[in-house]
Amino acid sequence: MEFARREAPHVASSASVASMMLQVLAALVPAALAHVWYFGPGFIFNFIVATVFCVGGEALMMRARGRDPRVALSDYSAVVTAALLAFALPSLTPWWVTATGALFGIVVAKHLYGGIGFNVFNPAMAGYVVVLVAFPMEMNLWVAPRMGDIDYVHPGMMQTLQYLLTGSLPDALGYDAISRATPLDAMQSGLRNMLTYQDVRTNPLMGDFGGRGWEWLGNLFAIGGGWLLIKRVIRWQIPTGVLLGLLVPASIMYLAAPGTNAAPGFHLFSGATILCAFFIATDPVSAATTPRGRLLYGLGIGFLIFAIRKWGSYADGVAFAVLLMNMAVPAIDYLTRPHIVGHPRKGDST
Amino acid sequence: MSAPTFDLGRLHGGLRLPAHKTASTSAPILRVPVPDQLVLPLTQHAGDPAQPVVQIGEQVLRGQLVANAEGTLGAPVHASSSGTIVAIEPWPVPRRYGDKAPCIVIECDGEDRAAEAAVNLPDFRQVAPDELLERILQGGIVGLGGAVFPTAQKLMQATTSELEYLILNGVECEPYISCDDMLMREYASEILGGAQILLHALGLETCYVAVESDKPDALKRLGEALAELNDERLVLKQVPTIYPSGGEDQLVQLVANREVPSGGLPIDVGCVVQNVATAAAIYNWIVRNEPLISRVTTVTGAGVANPVNVEARLGTTVAHIIEHAGGYTEQAQQLIIGGPMTGKSMTTDRVPLVKAANCILVTAEPPAAGPAMPCIRCGECAAVCPIQLLPQQLYWYACADDENKLRTYGLTDCIECGCCDLVCPSRIPLTGEFRMAKARIRELEDEKARAERARQRFEARNERLEREQDERSQELARQKSDAKQAGADAIAEIMKRRQRKDGGE
Repeated sequence: MEFARREAPHVASSASVASMMLQVLAALVPAALAHVWYFGPGFIFNFIVATVFCVGGEALMMRARGRDPRVALSDYSAVVTAALLAFALPSLTPWWVTATGALFGIVVAKHLYGGIGFNVFNPAMAGYVVVLVAFPMEMNLWVAPRMGDIDYVHPGMMQTLQYLLTGSLPDALGYDAISRATPLDAMQSGLRNMLTYQDVRTNPLMGDFGGRGWEWLGNLFAIGGGWLLIKRVIRWQIPTGVLLGLLVPASIMYLAAPGTNAAPGFHLFSGATILCAFFIATDPVSAATTPRGRLLYGLGIGFLIFAIRKWGSYADGVAFAVLLMNMAVPAIDYLTRPHIVGHPRKGDST
Repeated sequence: MSAPTFDLGRLHGGLRLPAHKTASTSAPILRVPVPDQLVLPLTQHAGDPAQPVVQIGEQVLRGQLVANAEGTLGAPVHASSSGTIVAIEPWPVPRRYGDKAPCIVIECDGEDRAAEAAVNLPDFRQVAPDELLERILQGGIVGLGGAVFPTAQKLMQATTSELEYLILNGVECEPYISCDDMLMREYASEILGGAQILLHALGLETCYVAVESDKPDALKRLGEALAELNDERLVLKQVPTIYPSGGEDQLVQLVANREVPSGGLPIDVGCVVQNVATAAAIYNWIVRNEPLISRVTTVTGAGVANPVNVEARLGTTVAHIIEHAGGYTEQAQQLIIGGPMTGKSMTTDRVPLVKAANCILVTAEPPAAGPAMPCIRCGECAAVCPIQLLPQQLYWYACADDENKLRTYGLTDCIECGCCDLVCPSRIPLTGEFRMAKARIRELEDEKARAERARQRFEARNERLEREQDERSQELARQKSDAKQAGADAIAEIMKRRQRKDGGE
């Protein structure tokens, strides 16, 4: 009998990038539902707009590069980018702002560097930072979480849609009626205006640890992230690094001066900390790739988030922290190469 | 009864693979009858091809030497049964994926007559270790775990180092393969007897018999045989079932908790590793005077009707063996000699059973892997690499053909176990890439060595020319100065004469 010749190993991998990405998307579903519950239907529209432009941008770029668009689209990585961008944007964001972020992330940050696997920067964060800088006013319109006792006007489905399509609110709705500072904004400006941490915490926007609503998003991100850890889609080093990198300096500062610093729990459960730890910093392509390197990479991001929140001009620093650490990846990877079995260890005489 | 597990060393990474072994271990070892024709490749070991010592038409007996060891890493070949030499010609062989290599073909007479046994073999304990090693060389015994390094040479090399442990490798970590498991169940005494011979030949006092935890029957049988033998030098060690714990260096790491240095051998850390089947072969040769003419091999996979372990004569074609395992099923799509992780795929089943063949695996069509996608640096490969390499970085530098970085990241330390391939979400054939990159580096090295030799020759030639030039010019200068001197002398002579003349007048 005659047979075909193949190279060992003769067992195929059972893992796939597509299944990793789908699991990431699945892990984001609980937080997405909570987002819609607390901040209105804007998230859904943002996600749709982001997906259309991420996927469309990816298809166009693949065609422009002379490749089969189906190859890139079948890994769902563009959808993950869209989801992360949608989580980063305020629920009320005009569609062109979302589209700009999506296109910049996919076209410039991803495909101009060679597509998946070759991008230096996290596409979602690159896209987010571009719109944060280019559209400062639009990016400041955060609605308050839907909580029964908060004095708050709730933009409905049609009003949300109108704002997203036109960039202006219906006459009946004023900006002041619906928009609120984010808890991080309130904390940063409060502390800078000589209020104590405890004073700022009396703001009705504040919950048990972080901002109301926000802290529940954090919990759900953590549950999704834990599931990804169990499924081994992500490893422990980066989330641990991010959380420790933020919590250690935050705790030290808080213990040293509890009045003028936010509590570590507040840092953890406000803004995008947990989202970053489990979903953004863990993007394998733009993260460090050695085990020790990943811990270091996470620690760097965590510390930069703290530094930006404490001393920077932006209320949250996740995107900048991630992009800055993206730049440090080649050096981190080179310096944290693991010991190769059989090679002399450091300190060996031979 | 379970064997004691000692404080073992740890292996980085590795994989827990579905074993697929029970199909072939439910029945005892099946003896495949001697076929009509035997095909004995001259190269069934790691070194140079053996040199035939028989002529076409010559009658041979079972166990008779048919080809002599050649070169420093040679091993002889013996007739697996009695019959007539009908050809010495190229034939498809497993070492080359079914491509052809020189073989001795024997038409068997069916009588299976043995060569005259050297009766009254001395007890091996009375034989000097050197003589014992020499005799092992003559038995055609090579490492039966798959590497087929000639055993005698390995042992001789070992005696030049300071040794502490002999380790018998009963860790059959690749899926599907169960021949060592069955061998340990049915030939435990022979294996331990082989261990005693090895201890004597090496002058050692400790032998660890390492067996994977998923082989309770083998562990039990070895335990019983050990109790009978009552030899305290032999110690059973149970090692965790994880691929690739049966690799030589990996086993040393597990059992002796020592890392074999990069580019080195287990003997550099005081260990000699021998496969259990090799130990049994040594016993059969030294005690029973039977050279290596048969082996136990696993015939299994979805493409085989009755998966089973068989004991067959070396040189029996795979087709013949499969016939005795119930033939092919309709699913048979791929023939592999060896396991699914490191085995070689064959283009034809006309290849003979060779010393290295521990498994004949016939699989159904492997799932279409699809084209490889770009690496996303997820690092799963690094997590499972037993050498703690970074395959994702190696792959990057292999694509870039960056020889220096490949060295820095330890390409040459890769043992090609295939773990990284199995976890890669981008379905990149990493092991194949590394195999090619290694070949390229070897080529570069050869080229460099050639260039270096050429440079040396060129420089030597220039030097010689220069030297000759120097010598010539020196000679010339000497002649010149001689001539000058001669001229000066002549003038002086004339002057003198003239003076004399003047004075005389």
